[in-house]
Amino acid sequence: MSRFQDSEHLLRVVLAFALGTLVFVLARTFLVPQSFGEYGHYRANAMTEIAAKPVVFAGHQTCETCHVDVQELKTKGKHAPVNCEACHGAQAKHADDPGAIQPPKLDTATLCVRCHEVNGARPQNFPQIVAKEHDSAGLPCETCHQPHSPRIGAGAKP
Amino acid sequence: MKIDRRQLLLLLPAAAVAWDAVLAGTPEAAPNYKLTEHWWGMLVDISKCIGCGNCVRACATENDVPEGYFRTWVERYHVSDYDLVNPVVDSPDGGKQGFPPYTETGGKNFFVPKMCNHCAESPCTQVCPVGATFTTPDGVVLVDKEYCIGCRYCIQACPYGCRFLNPKTQTADKCTLCYHRITKGLTTACCEACPTGARQLADLKNPKDPIHAFLKTHTVQVLKPSMATGAKLFYNDLDGSVR
Repeated sequence: MSRFQDSEHLLRVVLAFALGTLVFVLARTFLVPQSFGEYGHYRANAMTEIAAKPVVFAGHQTCETCHVDVQELKTKGKHAPVNCEACHGAQAKHADDPGAIQPPKLDTATLCVRCHEVNGARPQNFPQIVAKEHDSAGLPCETCHQPHSPRIGAGAKP
Repeated sequence: MKIDRRQLLLLLPAAAVAWDAVLAGTPEAAPNYKLTEHWWGMLVDISKCIGCGNCVRACATENDVPEGYFRTWVERYHVSDYDLVNPVVDSPDGGKQGFPPYTETGGKNFFVPKMCNHCAESPCTQVCPVGATFTTPDGVVLVDKEYCIGCRYCIQACPYGCRFLNPKTQTADKCTLCYHRITKGLTTACCEACPTGARQLADLKNPKDPIHAFLKTHTVQVLKPSMATGAKLFYNDLDGSVR
């Protein structure tokens, strides 16, 4: 007679538990993504995926590698801290293939007033105009103001 | 070499940890970029913001933000002289097309650019039931869109209203602090496009970053400091009426 009565009952329970554990471990291996938990309770590879997205704005450093003349003109004027793509828009495609993709010509009449049209919420010391009353007779801004160095008579066209 | 039962049992957990590391693999990082060497934030100088909407447009272009949704937006505040706690705020199309001129006179008027505060103790990451949103080791709050189930808990949890459900992917979406740019040594799209330098990307772990000198010499605040979110979007010249 065995030491424990009806011990095969216990064995069945143990087997069922072992099987359950095995299924859990196997399922977990397949369901939890590989990099999960590397830095915390999230998928570490998500960071690399987000970081791999291509850039759309090239950055002024990239522009300045070619457009040295514009940069020089700009540093002397009031627009020195304005980055190229603030007015010219995203130009990473142009930077990748300068020959094939040309930035569109800008319309200064609509572009300049975005910043310089008078608005009560703008800082008082920021140069502002009322476009309709501005002494320009409907001419585009660049007739008098060179956009890269906007003080009248300050910059020759590059 | 002979291993008895006791030694084997002691070795097993170590082997399990080692095997886990093998399974995880090493993610490809941008060259020369070390996660542990950065702690990102941003500085917004209210006194420099002219409300041109360049940041909103640049963000939409850089990050394919759907029309009508915003990862960053600009608010215009009008605070009358006699009611400092109830400002009139407008933000037509998030300030994307600029702001119509004010006809009202009196009181004070100013612009407040807003976006994700990349909180160090972020409420949005704490409520995610699946670990789809998280703070990276370099201090950026991101959303794993492959893992997000679109339950919207995080959108409710954000005290700054910075999250939305992307209608295309049906997952939570928000500012990534242009993680794909800052890991490559570039600044964010909004900072790049800001004509007055009202927005400045700040690396709080870099001792050479001008942010440190700025924080020492200016009265800088964060939004809703009472919520202890550890917000890293610092505002200079912030009016007390801003919510």
